[in-house]
Amino acid sequence: MAGHRIYMITSISRFIEKNRRALIALLVLSVMMIIFLIINPQVFLNPLMYKAIFKTLSMFIILASAMVFVIVSGEIDLSFGSIVGLAGWTLVLTLESGLSPYLGVLFALIVGAFIGFINGIIITRLGISSLVSTIGMSFLIRGLIYIGTKGMGTSVVYLAGTPFYNAFIGSIWGFPVNMLWALGFVVLSVLLFDYHIFGAQISCVGDNLESSLEMGINVATIKTLAFVYVGIASAIVAVQFTLTNQIFYPGSGDGLLLIVLAAVFIGGTPGWGGIGTIMGSVIGACIISVINSGIIAAGVSYLFKEFFYGLIIILALIGHKLNEKRC
Amino acid sequence: MKNKFLELKNISKSFGKVSALERVNFYIKGEPEIVGLIGDNGAGKSTLIKIISGIHTPDCGEIYINGKRMENWSVVKSRASGVETVYQDRALAMQQTLARNIFMGRELTSIFGFVKSKLQFAEADRLMRTIGFTSKVFASDSAVVNLSGGERQGVAIARALYFKANLMILDEPTTALSLTEAQKIFDFIRQARKGGSSCIFITHNIYHAYDVSDRCVVLDRGKIVMETDREHTTVEQLVKDMQKIAQNNGKVREGINNARS
Amino acid sequence: MPDLKKKQNNLDRNQEFRRSRRGITKFLDNNRRALSVFIVFIILMLLFIIKNPKIFLNREIYEAIFRSLPIRIVLALPLVFVIVSKEIDLSFVSNMTFSLWIFAATVKAGWDPFLCMLLAILAGALIGLINGMLVVRIGLQSIMATIGMKFLLTGLVAGGSNIMPIPLTFLVDTPFYNTFAGKIGNFPVQMIWAVVALVIAMLLFNYHKFGSDISCVGDNLESSREMGINVSTVKTLAFVYVGIACGFAGVLSGLTYLSFYPKPGSPDELMLAVLASVFIGGTPTTGGVGTIFGAFIGACTIRFVETGIIEAGLTGFWTQFFEGLIILLALTSHKFHKSR
Repeated sequence: MAGHRIYMITSISRFIEKNRRALIALLVLSVMMIIFLIINPQVFLNPLMYKAIFKTLSMFIILASAMVFVIVSGEIDLSFGSIVGLAGWTLVLTLESGLSPYLGVLFALIVGAFIGFINGIIITRLGISSLVSTIGMSFLIRGLIYIGTKGMGTSVVYLAGTPFYNAFIGSIWGFPVNMLWALGFVVLSVLLFDYHIFGAQISCVGDNLESSLEMGINVATIKTLAFVYVGIASAIVAVQFTLTNQIFYPGSGDGLLLIVLAAVFIGGTPGWGGIGTIMGSVIGACIISVINSGIIAAGVSYLFKEFFYGLIIILALIGHKLNEKRC
Repeated sequence: MKNKFLELKNISKSFGKVSALERVNFYIKGEPEIVGLIGDNGAGKSTLIKIISGIHTPDCGEIYINGKRMENWSVVKSRASGVETVYQDRALAMQQTLARNIFMGRELTSIFGFVKSKLQFAEADRLMRTIGFTSKVFASDSAVVNLSGGERQGVAIARALYFKANLMILDEPTTALSLTEAQKIFDFIRQARKGGSSCIFITHNIYHAYDVSDRCVVLDRGKIVMETDREHTTVEQLVKDMQKIAQNNGKVREGINNARS
Repeated sequence: MPDLKKKQNNLDRNQEFRRSRRGITKFLDNNRRALSVFIVFIILMLLFIIKNPKIFLNREIYEAIFRSLPIRIVLALPLVFVIVSKEIDLSFVSNMTFSLWIFAATVKAGWDPFLCMLLAILAGALIGLINGMLVVRIGLQSIMATIGMKFLLTGLVAGGSNIMPIPLTFLVDTPFYNTFAGKIGNFPVQMIWAVVALVIAMLLFNYHKFGSDISCVGDNLESSREMGINVSTVKTLAFVYVGIACGFAGVLSGLTYLSFYPKPGSPDELMLAVLASVFIGGTPTTGGVGTIFGAFIGACTIRFVETGIIEAGLTGFWTQFFEGLIILLALTSHKFHKSR
């Protein structure tokens, strides 16, 4: 019996040890939820509230879990907001030319992956810092979109209610489909990150580049794949974004940049590479979304929303830091 | 007499105007042996091993494996021939688990590239015990950053062991180690020789080299200046020889300084 | 210790090498990155002038550019210090808006504008200090901490001001306005202040202990610490310097556009454009090296390209595209410089 109990305890402590960073994020989320519940129980016990949250949450989750790979590899991608725009534009263009919307999604995915590939090539082959080159890429793509669209948006209201629409952002038994997509993406990311050779090698690359090269890991390919993965995630988000807003506008995806990065960092993936957590990023994305809706419900002016983003980000980072020192 | 496992003939290498190696001849016997490579900073030790492990390409000279001349020597070819280099602990990914480090770049995967984590952990455990790290403090899923210097070295050696190297190259494995930990490394090297692996052992420390090596090779300013079998010398003799070399060195330096001024 | 000795030897050798080259060669060698950007800049200008001589030989266009360019220059120069120290600051634009808000609110309340400007600069410096503390004392990574700070300030300004614009038109033609945003002849005074900022930054970076300390810190943190540099203070000072510049840039932009107007949401364009001018200028993200003059030229290049594109008859939509292209091309060319 005693042995069994000790085994239980060690396995629990192992679990905590392994998921320390994600758990801290979970703690932040719970504390926040409790505060909101106390301030305004009516709103926060209402399922409608969560429906509103789920509308945008899926996009944060998808982008944040894909970003983990790039950040763990020791790079950063600041161009995904523009990729969302470009992929959305691709979808709209396909629709306009009268082709099937599903084909549009396929094209959007290809475009997203292609831009990710270009990012990866610039960074690994030319050896330019990812921080800078993806800023450049971001400008380049956004410029292209503006040139091509002449700054005009395109409405896709006519899609509402079609099977295509329902397949991406409708609801099944009251549960939003876009969250199912997000869930699927998270499962894929966790499998890749924790159980696949890709995750194992990308962690080594971000941890010790030199030694990864010496041990025969194909660093360039691994890093490029990470950028491609972000590109694909951006394309999925672009489809959701366009359908949710029922309009494509040339600036779409612009506001996602820092907020997604913040979700990743709040979630406990540090910026120096080598370690990261997908679940943490998911929780980080939840935190961001809950603040978004919670602020108004808690009776604070909407204008202070970003102030609370900032506050939570800094507090969560300090929490992670303290946690680190202890171990 | 079996073929020599590895033979370098007339190897030269220079970086810009600095010549690191000049017409060096070096070999590893066919039967397992431990070779101590001794030399001062800048003597060309690390250049030599980097050429053997394929990281540097020599400017001229030939490389033979089992008597067969190798063209376009590279890291991949060196690996394929069973040469395994254990760099100092900087070669580890500190935040990753012990198992992940051992299998870095050669993960054991099942279909679709999923990593067999349990098998890796079990193998890592077994390997660390074989080498002699039986402490229960660390587990194969703890991060390398939590291990001691000797244990870290052990992780690097376990890599070589698992992939059944014909020749292991240990780059200063005993610096930054405690005496007992260094002894453990020596024990392991001897064991590995019994198991059929040769070993090149690089060090500043003559006593360490003498302790464990069958043969000592002394490098100085890009040339092999001395080569003795352990049976034909004593450690005192070795130290004396080394001092002579160092004095020569000093004279040359004085000469250079005089010429300059 | 042998490592340090080796490093010292290397340094000595480098210096010997440098001393052996004289005059122009030395100057070229030391300013290679900045100069290559300068050449690109000149070529671009020539292209613009050939394509559209009427406009680009006209005084008015330079007047327009010289009124908005100084804000970017003032922001870009101190960023070089932060980036050389191997940190980054993503909060500077919101810090600028924050300082401007302080300035506009106090000026509107009838305080002396010079005093208000001092307050704005102090506010900016305080935010810089907090950034520095978060990074140095608590040990947060600067990219994350300053993203947090950016959101914090944006929200604070939006909520605090209720996003009500504050017009500053009543300042026009006061002595204060003439000092910072007036004209000498036809030349906008802002540009003179930008040049003053350039001179100060160059003095600090190239001839002051602060500049050499920060280069060492960015190059090799450990050995800087061992050599007795107070790493925390040096890094904090860099963030404070950015903060001070934000305060000043905030006032300049208030005087240039004659209003305080917090845009809802958080426009990242100015942030990316200013960062881009530092990187185009030839300061790499690897830390330890940087060029102030390069950042200056980088800011000019981007600003002129923006104007040039529009004047060349393309729509404004092309500007971002060209900015992106220039960033990528400039970086690729810097890369080739380095490998040579």
